[in-house]
Amino acid sequence: MKRYSVFAVAREALRYHQGWGRAWKSPEPKKKYDAIIIGAGGHGLATAYYLGKNHGLKNVAILEKGWLGGGNTGRNTTIIRSNYLQDASAAIYEKARSLYETMSQDLNYNVMFSPRGVMMLAQTQHEIRGYKRTAQANALQGVSTEFISPEKVKSLVPIINIDGPRYPVLGALWQSRGGTARHDAVAWGYARACSDMGMDIIQQCEVTGIRHKNGQVQGVETSKGPIDCQKLGIVVAGHTGVLADMAGFRMPVEAVALQALVSEPIKPCMDVVVMANTVHGYMSQSDKGEMVIGGGADGFNNYTQRGSFHHVEETVRALIETFPIISRLKMLRWWGGIVDMTGDRSPILSKTPVGNIFINCGWGTGGFKAIPGSGWAMAELMAKGHSSLTEEFSLNRFKEGKFIDESVAAGVAH
Amino acid sequence: MLVFKCPYCGIEADETELSPGGEAHLKRFGPGSSDEELEGYLFNRENPKGVHFERWRHVYGCGKWFHAARCTATLEVFGTYSAQTFGPPKEIIDIIKSKRPGWKWRNLG
Repeated sequence: MKRYSVFAVAREALRYHQGWGRAWKSPEPKKKYDAIIIGAGGHGLATAYYLGKNHGLKNVAILEKGWLGGGNTGRNTTIIRSNYLQDASAAIYEKARSLYETMSQDLNYNVMFSPRGVMMLAQTQHEIRGYKRTAQANALQGVSTEFISPEKVKSLVPIINIDGPRYPVLGALWQSRGGTARHDAVAWGYARACSDMGMDIIQQCEVTGIRHKNGQVQGVETSKGPIDCQKLGIVVAGHTGVLADMAGFRMPVEAVALQALVSEPIKPCMDVVVMANTVHGYMSQSDKGEMVIGGGADGFNNYTQRGSFHHVEETVRALIETFPIISRLKMLRWWGGIVDMTGDRSPILSKTPVGNIFINCGWGTGGFKAIPGSGWAMAELMAKGHSSLTEEFSLNRFKEGKFIDESVAAGVAH
Repeated sequence: MLVFKCPYCGIEADETELSPGGEAHLKRFGPGSSDEELEGYLFNRENPKGVHFERWRHVYGCGKWFHAARCTATLEVFGTYSAQTFGPPKEIIDIIKSKRPGWKWRNLG
């Protein structure tokens, strides 16, 4: 792999940029691999990367039905934060956030991590109590957050209206080390590093069946023929149910559409991420100047990657009261992603009823922020059979009633 | 936007007039059942990419719960039917089979 550096840019500038090679190879699948990861999104590629980097497992294929990073990795609002209430969640999300800090250097690929700060507005008395509790919990977990006053909110976000008639801003939970990153670059950076370790990223290769015998996985059937493997990782977000059905077990997961939109680009006006969970909307400004806006998920099963007008209206209507400045902006793009929701709104990183099949899913509406931590933990689980980060996220927790209940705890829109 | 015909008041209702209620025809388990049965009833879901049977409530209309058959891959609605049943009626199954030849799901089709 040619390293990217200022010298590489200078060298290529002198020869009309004709020496840049492809960032990753596109090989045909081999007959057999030590491990196969289904899904070349952020989580799948990160899993493969840490399998190679931390555990020396490099005979790995990553199979992707569409194109690399073309699912939810390309369909999110790029927010990175770790201000969760429950210890298990805080541990894995904080691991992810800390890995984001060094990711560009680690991958030699600029993922444009911008620790600009994430603010969750408290707009009811209940939210004030909830966020103060979260800030205390975060202090114990070693996650740096604080509860800030409305005046501090206004000074950090001058365009905000803190005196809204229905939902005035009463304070906020502030994580100054949260932020955003370039979502595509995260997938591309991991893909380049995986390819460089000799892993095969096979795009346009749909898994159509999973072979197992005597409770042990043997391989997969794909649109490019059968491939054998010793270990299989299913990291497919919204299509978890479909893959689990192929392997013959059921999952406590339902696929629903989550949508987001961006406005036309405007001059820089907001340099933090603001989430308003009571009115159900969140917003940040991209480097291009677009206001990136996200809202709630549909309440019904949906695999269409489409949004619906009334959800856009709901989200924008809520945000306009808090940000009057955006009321005349035009919508530029609008998209939907298929997210996998679990009952307790926490992910599943687990062994499955079939031996040597591992599953990483259930990130629901908040997967992007977790990519490196999820990959790190999933790789450890696949390589060693256990990981301290994934222990509490096992499938058994539903049977045992040991939920990691973030649906009420995180205070975030689900 | 999804449009369902409420089988009770007969109105063609938009999605905004309705409230989704999740998977239909769950077999309920209570005290005395095994851990697996309880887990399956409470958490595990069919989640198919295709034909799905589900519950909806005509919340801003007559207020009644009803059942619907819908495709989660295309959002096509095959039909709605009464809530007072343990499985989809034959006419709904026939509509699905005519539109999705070869469709099979668990013990249906």
